[in-house]
Amino acid sequence: MNSRYEVVIGLEVHVQLTTRTKIFCGCSTEFGQGVNSQTCPVCLGLPGALPVLNRQVVEDAIKAGLATNCQITPRSIFARKNYFYPDLPKGYQISQFELPICEHGWLDIETEELGGKRLGITRIHMEEDAGKLLHNSDNSSSVDLNRACTPLLEVVSEPDMRSSEEAIAYLKQLHQIVVYLGICDGNLDEGSFRCDANVSIRPWGQKELGTRSELKNLNSFRYIKQAIEYEVERQIDVIDAGEKVVQETRLFDPDAGVSRSMRGKEEAHDYRYFPDPDLLPVDVSADWIEQVRKSLPELSTAKLQRYQGEIGLPAYDAGVISSDRPLAEYFEAVVKHYNNPKICSNWVMGEVLGALKDKKLEISACPVTPELLAGVLIRIDDKTISGKIAKTVFEKIWQTGNTADQIIEEKGLKQVTDTGAIEAIVDEVIAANPDQVAEYRGGKEKLMGFFVGQVMKASKGKANPGMANQLLKKKL
Amino acid sequence: MKFHDLSIQEMRQKLLAGELTSIELTQQCLQRIKATDSQLNAFITVCEEEALAAAAVADQQLATGSAPLLTGIPIAVKDIFNTLDVRTTCGSKILDNYISPYDATAVAKLREQGAVIVGKLNMDEFAMGSSSENSAAGVVHNPWDLERVPGGSSGGSAAAVASGQVVATLGTDTGGSVRQPASHCGVVGLKPTYGRVSRYGVIAYASSLDQVGPVAGNVADCALMLGVVAGYDPADSTSVDCPVPDYLENLNAGVAGKKIGLPKEYFIDGLDPDIKKAVDAAIETYQQLGAEVVSVTLPHTDYSVACYYLIAMAEASSNLARYDGVRFGLRQDSGDGLIGMYQQTRSAGFGDEVKRRIMLGTYALSSGYYEAYYLKAQKVRTLIRQDFHDVFSQVDFLLTPVAPTPAFKIGEKVNDPLQMYLSDIFTIPTNLAGTCAMSLPCGFSKNELPIGLQLIGKPFAEAEILQAAYAFEQATDWNKRVPEL
Ligand SMILES: [Zn+2]
Repeated sequence: MNSRYEVVIGLEVHVQLTTRTKIFCGCSTEFGQGVNSQTCPVCLGLPGALPVLNRQVVEDAIKAGLATNCQITPRSIFARKNYFYPDLPKGYQISQFELPICEHGWLDIETEELGGKRLGITRIHMEEDAGKLLHNSDNSSSVDLNRACTPLLEVVSEPDMRSSEEAIAYLKQLHQIVVYLGICDGNLDEGSFRCDANVSIRPWGQKELGTRSELKNLNSFRYIKQAIEYEVERQIDVIDAGEKVVQETRLFDPDAGVSRSMRGKEEAHDYRYFPDPDLLPVDVSADWIEQVRKSLPELSTAKLQRYQGEIGLPAYDAGVISSDRPLAEYFEAVVKHYNNPKICSNWVMGEVLGALKDKKLEISACPVTPELLAGVLIRIDDKTISGKIAKTVFEKIWQTGNTADQIIEEKGLKQVTDTGAIEAIVDEVIAANPDQVAEYRGGKEKLMGFFVGQVMKASKGKANPGMANQLLKKKL
Repeated sequence: MKFHDLSIQEMRQKLLAGELTSIELTQQCLQRIKATDSQLNAFITVCEEEALAAAAVADQQLATGSAPLLTGIPIAVKDIFNTLDVRTTCGSKILDNYISPYDATAVAKLREQGAVIVGKLNMDEFAMGSSSENSAAGVVHNPWDLERVPGGSSGGSAAAVASGQVVATLGTDTGGSVRQPASHCGVVGLKPTYGRVSRYGVIAYASSLDQVGPVAGNVADCALMLGVVAGYDPADSTSVDCPVPDYLENLNAGVAGKKIGLPKEYFIDGLDPDIKKAVDAAIETYQQLGAEVVSVTLPHTDYSVACYYLIAMAEASSNLARYDGVRFGLRQDSGDGLIGMYQQTRSAGFGDEVKRRIMLGTYALSSGYYEAYYLKAQKVRTLIRQDFHDVFSQVDFLLTPVAPTPAFKIGEKVNDPLQMYLSDIFTIPTNLAGTCAMSLPCGFSKNELPIGLQLIGKPFAEAEILQAAYAFEQATDWNKRVPEL
């Protein structure tokens, strides 16, 4: 925190929705297809073509609005934002200006520095994306309009953030929400979650906001943090040098770690917004809102609270598992089959995540289904196998897809609980290690671990460790 | 056989009876176009080959007996409708040689009913004009007097029907662009209620006002054409999902007992005396047919021209942004970079009237002027709409002149845009209100120029004004006269 200046940050996030088709036409939104292959008269902006609103986009916007505590506008309006650019086929972008679909929301964040804080969301509106310019080697440019007309939500925050940490906490939470809602794939690299940051500084205690600059091209949380911090330092230097911060758009260059002014390009734009006469107002009934509300999944913050409270997971485990919806759903499915959340969480956090990391897989591709994993945990619980053998069983399930019971049966891994059999092994171990026996009897009780280990080894891990322990104590 | 004396239904009877083939009919139509169009310039594109191919298909359909309503009948459409494989210029140099990859919904509906599309009709560039003088393809001439304009912007659509080139056409009407040329050319033209006909594939001029309308030689043909193109289209969000009646079914219902309103604001002192006389006679005819006539008021009429031009130009300035030389149409680029390419392309591609409207519309939407112009115009539009709503609680439909004067001379108003704008004074308010209206012949001026009568109906009451028009047509014979060419 700077001692002389207060930092003020507002964020505009473009969330690309995962609807199957575009916002105003039936073209596919699939990423990475052949240039201009996902186009039609509407998204090419051909003469006479007209937009038709994709209802799913409205539903996704309502979801986002409800999850961020917004009010849903009963009748919102699409407007045209007019400007010329080769990636904008119609010469205007269909967006919302007055009367966006959601307004007046907020998110609660936590940072280590400040603890909890509520950050305002001014509005969320629906709009279409532009195409992509491709620069050719001969200095000419081409345009790929596959992305044109794909649906975006623009989430505009209040200028409520006072540090890059807060900005990142807000962004991470927003990211988690839209991914949790299943309305965005959250892929920052592919531009599915893009952020522009408005940054200004002002002397502590001053009410009016300082002149802001808008930072663009921020496609990772790390760059966003870097860019904001760089910008704050730059503005302090400007003011300290007795100059004035100018309102401008700056492009962050992550390689150089600096931002550069795009002055001139964005200057004095008058977008001449007006209601789009080709589209009707979007009417959202209270019934529709209620239906969507009911269909909302439990969000990460609610899960986190429930895992820590009701279920009693440690804060760290609860945080990791709740941060990712598929992981949380996996965990909850395991618990459904084996109702011991702490053990389930240990295994999910340990074996499952470890193996997935090794194999570079997503949880959705995990070959050990929640039911298969629960099968292992049940067999530990009923003492059929030890925890150690269970790890071997887990590996075999990963490889074969067979159930724990099939593998235990097939490989003869059933824990030995027959006192006579264990006793024989215990006797062997005592006989084979006279020196250690003497030391133990001389008071070196730590050696118990060594004896148990020997018994387990001799039984190929199948001896019940508790029974081995008891018998050793008795015999020694 | 005098080809252009036949109505659509008469043609259909002959086709079904085997007295005539579609190929013959289409060839006659093409010959008529060839014989007359050097004088009229009603067509931008005549598609002989495609038309004859469609006619051959139609003849097969007629032979098998599964022939929908327009099977084999030659029809032409304004060059504002996108047509697959045949160029669509919208009367503009910027779309010279533009070929659309799809059919407008209205065109597709014509084809579904078996129509043979013979060509694309001349028009004011991007439908901006009231005289069909603003076309990159040249001026259209009025068949009744070649020195005069046919009206606009659908001048080609009206002239082609009046001269017997084709039996019916499609035009579009944003501020009177179907009715005013129909009036000037002595034919029947109808502007349906906004939302009645899909705008999909119709090149946009002013989206909240544009509406597709048929032009024909008589009321029944006009009704039939409307029935073909009307209806909800999921591709046009502003089209209305409201059942389409059979417009021919009760066409002879008459007007006995109907209450007709005469808005006093439309019977102004400056009205041409010939027009006043013809319209007064029409009022009398309606009284004789058993209708009651009352005076009504539409108090905000005076503001409609200003309101219309602000809204239309604002929307146009945005609608025409896509003609930027990037993806299709004309491109002029002398290598001065992107902005240079935009400026050169649009300077070279658009005509003066289009440029004027783009500039005025851009101004009306600009920050600092938006409230005073565009927003104010929208508020006035609400008042005008309310005027109509109020008046329709008192009467069944309205009767007015279509235009303040008969067709004027070519070149007479080109240098006086304001005078030109005022020629739409009686047609504009219905576009602002969104309701339906039509023009039908009701007499001739001393100079033998046709005069049109306008009937304005309640929203979606096209059937009612068609019935009233039919009753008038049966009682008079104005539509029987054809120009000598
Ligand atoms: Zn598309």
